[in-house]
Amino acid sequence: MYQWDFSILWSYRWLFLNGLGVTVGFTVVIVVLGLVFGLFGAFGTLSRFKAVRLLALTFIEAFRCTPILVQLIWFYYALPILAGVEMTPITASALALSLYGGSFYSEIIRGGIISIDRGQSEAGAALGMTPGQSMRRIVLPQAIKRMIPALMNQSIIQFKNTSLVSVLAVPDLVYQSQVAAHDSYRPLETYTAVAVAYAAILIPLTIMVRRGEKRLAVSE
Amino acid sequence: MSDTSKIEIRGLRKSFGSNEVLKSISLDVAKGGVVALIGPSGSGKSTLLRCVNLLVTPDGGSVRVGDTRFSFGESTKLPDVKTLARFRATTGMVFQHFNLFPHMTTLQNVMEGPITVRRMAKADAEKLARAQLAKVGLAEKADQYPATLSGGQKQRVAIARALAMEPDVMLFDEATSALDPELVGEVLAVIQRLASEGMTMVIVTHEIAFAREVADRLIFMRDGVVVEEGPARQVIDNPQQAATRAFLSHFHRTGTLPPANATT
Repeated sequence: MYQWDFSILWSYRWLFLNGLGVTVGFTVVIVVLGLVFGLFGAFGTLSRFKAVRLLALTFIEAFRCTPILVQLIWFYYALPILAGVEMTPITASALALSLYGGSFYSEIIRGGIISIDRGQSEAGAALGMTPGQSMRRIVLPQAIKRMIPALMNQSIIQFKNTSLVSVLAVPDLVYQSQVAAHDSYRPLETYTAVAVAYAAILIPLTIMVRRGEKRLAVSE
Repeated sequence: MSDTSKIEIRGLRKSFGSNEVLKSISLDVAKGGVVALIGPSGSGKSTLLRCVNLLVTPDGGSVRVGDTRFSFGESTKLPDVKTLARFRATTGMVFQHFNLFPHMTTLQNVMEGPITVRRMAKADAEKLARAQLAKVGLAEKADQYPATLSGGQKQRVAIARALAMEPDVMLFDEATSALDPELVGEVLAVIQRLASEGMTMVIVTHEIAFAREVADRLIFMRDGVVVEEGPARQVIDNPQQAATRAFLSHFHRTGTLPPANATT
């Protein structure tokens, strides 16, 4: 019978905290960058120009339909050879995760925009707004409200996806706990603690999302 | 007529795919004139109205409102978005389904055009918007959201929103068709008052009695062509074409208008 002993983890607390800091910081970066890519992707697919639509769709499908783990490895090992640019593990994984997230954000944002009744942009146009003005003033404010639950959901997935950057030796929570596990010979305790740490951060977030969805349902 | 006409449409054509919706339509609306467009659904009257402010781009012919003229054809380039926007700012439109902006209060709905399109200062826009809301009898609803209003109130806000742009002409696209019968009167009353104030208007409607009362000219369309046109009372009381007679036989053509009991 295995003897659990969580007390050994205490001596690695700074290592864990450090890793957690990297994980959270990384999530913030890839969510923000991902939203930027997502915005470009969404407007790309809605463009009047076929070439732009095709480009945006290629981006979305390329990143949506390949595994993120493969993308991470590919960005770090293959891209430097193809493009001749050296990247640090952090840059490579930030880029891969942002583009991966961006492909999903694109679809959420596009879906939100096209869910708004055409009459809304028509009413804007009838007042004399340019398409850009009616997008900013009329369509987006309504669409964003509808997108928020799905965007939050995708961001939660992104938070967990950061755990994969450990394969490129980015010192996130999972990477640091690998270090701790090897050092202490206590992998079971270590990874249990890591799972609890992820859940402790995400469960309050999911509760927020659910509340938000309810409030949205009421206001519509 | 062309000396005084505010709207002049010549040889307008529009197809959606293989479906030819407008077959060379010509139309004049005098300054201060009120033209009612009637006809069965699918006759092209809504498309014609939407061509007046170019929400629908015609395939051929020309549209002039005031001093601005656009010609369409295979060789002509479509006007760019800025030109279109500037043009539409001079034509007000009221939709069947109101299309109010649900994320804004009534007041903000009416202020939106003046602020975003006319670049008016906020305080001036608010003054103008409150005046327009008062004009349609909804001054006290300024801070409410559209969702809390009745259909008739929504449509009156939509009229105020269009009027806040101080347009040269007003276009009504079946403005009362989505309303409960008891709410039709309050909207018609507002339109009627606009007519008496000399606003140039084109009204697509199924309210034949209202058209008879308010419009000075009436156009009956079917299958993308103008079947009959003339002074509203004359066409309604004494239609010359068989198709017009058949269509009008479905309606009470005279009698009192629905009561405009609510000005609040």
